[in-house]
Amino acid sequence: MSLLLASPELELVFSALLLTLVAGLVVALLAARSVLTCILLMSAFSLTMALWLMTMDAPDVAFTEASVGAGVSTMILLGAALSSTDVIPSLRPGRLWFPAVACLAAFIGMALIVPDLPVFGDPGSPPSAYVGRLYLEQTPHDIGAPNVVTAVLASYRGFDTLGETTVIFAAGVGVLLLLGGQVRSPDAAPEDVSLRASAGSPVLSVAARLLIPIICLYAFYVLAHGEFGAGGGFQAGVILAAALILHALVFGVRETMKALPVGVVRACAALGVLGYAAVGFLAILNGGRFLDYDALLSPVFEAGLPSSHLAGGHHHWGQRIGILAIETGVMLAVASTMTAIFYAFTGRVSRSDAAGAS
Amino acid sequence: MAEAIGWIGAVLVIAAVGLSIAGAVGVLRFPDVYTRIHAASITDTGAASLMTLGLLLMAGFSPAAIKLCIVWVFIMLTSPAAAHALAGAAFGSGHRPVLADPRQPSEDEA
Amino acid sequence: MLAGGVAGLLVAMGLMIVRLLRGPTAYDRVLAVNSFGTKTVLMIALMGFAVGRPDFLDVAIVYALINFISTIALMKVFRLRSLAEPLARLSISREAPDG
Repeated sequence: MSLLLASPELELVFSALLLTLVAGLVVALLAARSVLTCILLMSAFSLTMALWLMTMDAPDVAFTEASVGAGVSTMILLGAALSSTDVIPSLRPGRLWFPAVACLAAFIGMALIVPDLPVFGDPGSPPSAYVGRLYLEQTPHDIGAPNVVTAVLASYRGFDTLGETTVIFAAGVGVLLLLGGQVRSPDAAPEDVSLRASAGSPVLSVAARLLIPIICLYAFYVLAHGEFGAGGGFQAGVILAAALILHALVFGVRETMKALPVGVVRACAALGVLGYAAVGFLAILNGGRFLDYDALLSPVFEAGLPSSHLAGGHHHWGQRIGILAIETGVMLAVASTMTAIFYAFTGRVSRSDAAGAS
Repeated sequence: MAEAIGWIGAVLVIAAVGLSIAGAVGVLRFPDVYTRIHAASITDTGAASLMTLGLLLMAGFSPAAIKLCIVWVFIMLTSPAAAHALAGAAFGSGHRPVLADPRQPSEDEA
Repeated sequence: MLAGGVAGLLVAMGLMIVRLLRGPTAYDRVLAVNSFGTKTVLMIALMGFAVGRPDFLDVAIVYALINFISTIALMKVFRLRSLAEPLARLSISREAPDG
């Protein structure tokens, strides 16, 4: 960041300002008494946090924080708030001593650890010195992906990422089970007559119509571009889910469910994980190890492909195709899980309304 | 010449930041939700335009410049639409603008 | 110079937080978060150009999109108490349903 801020002192001041903002938001969050104000504050907190991650030169993490923390969590928290009460019951002071002591102990413990941490960006620190350095040195030769983050996530540690994708899928299944699983079919959902008067805003309709295709296109750009810059399957999936959620918000979840039925969304969530694993088994069938992308293409076929413009020549084609394939699986799983959870929340709300009306 | 254009860009960026702060002060000091929406949405789109223009002048043409233009287009699409939706929702839920002259209250004042 | 710009935007963001906390109406709060988000986008654009990293602009685009969607969602929840109902008709040419 030295280009941005002329001196380390200025950089320090900037970091201090951002962290002060973060601390102020946390204090405000503690003082807030309404659930919806809390959600607003958490959204702002996420944006500030991501901004700070950007200053630490971690655009991949900032990307995820922005799309998950500020976007999808806000949506899911809103859905949760709608199915609960409006106001947090104010805590009695007598009950606060245990959380207060626990928080204070955790704070003191962390404060004691901080002096032992390596300086930010220190090349001799353990994360940078051993395996991290190996990844940085070997990626151009092994993978050929300019973005080392993607190379590590999708190729070196592809098995870990398969586990993470499964965790997302399992978490989605858990949420659906908790919420009752059954989502009302769009035709059976009650239609609120009083909303029809306000349902004709052409401004939002036009803006959403223009934006939704662009957002979908952008999601695929993020998916394909993850190999070169910030992005990848997780972020692309969240952006795709955001496009669907925008559609549901503006045109009503009934229309979205007509276009993309609940069953299809749930099947796609499973298909994403299965597709990821299938790439791994394909590599085994071709004589390699699980998720060994180098084995995906036969050497004869690979030799016929034009050699990559990146260093290392044509043997990177298997890596590139493998990374893109598993990222597509991740995108499908993440987008479908997010959409299924959103469906479950909105379907649940309309069902409780129907129960109250009948 | 190039240096002069760079300076013009820098001035535009600073103007954008100034506009942004002016909008924030407006949001803080204006009397009701409609004037605040007005202050925020006008200065947000204005600051985005000025900053895009300024950064383009400073950095010249590059792939990043195209992305900057995309950011600008998104802000110009979303910010007014969000402001419109907000004002519509505020009016629909019963908030009425604070009027300048208290002797002539609006008829539909609650 | 650019440091001054970033600091100025930070000041504007801080003022937005003050409005978020003061309210008084829910729409003031949503407006504050929306404007906070737009200023964040501008700040990332400024930072991205200052360090010459186009990656940062990708994040700025996501911010702009997410900001819009959360504003719509929050506004809907405050106004309609529901995420499921439509705000606009999908098809303008469709017959208006009888009231």
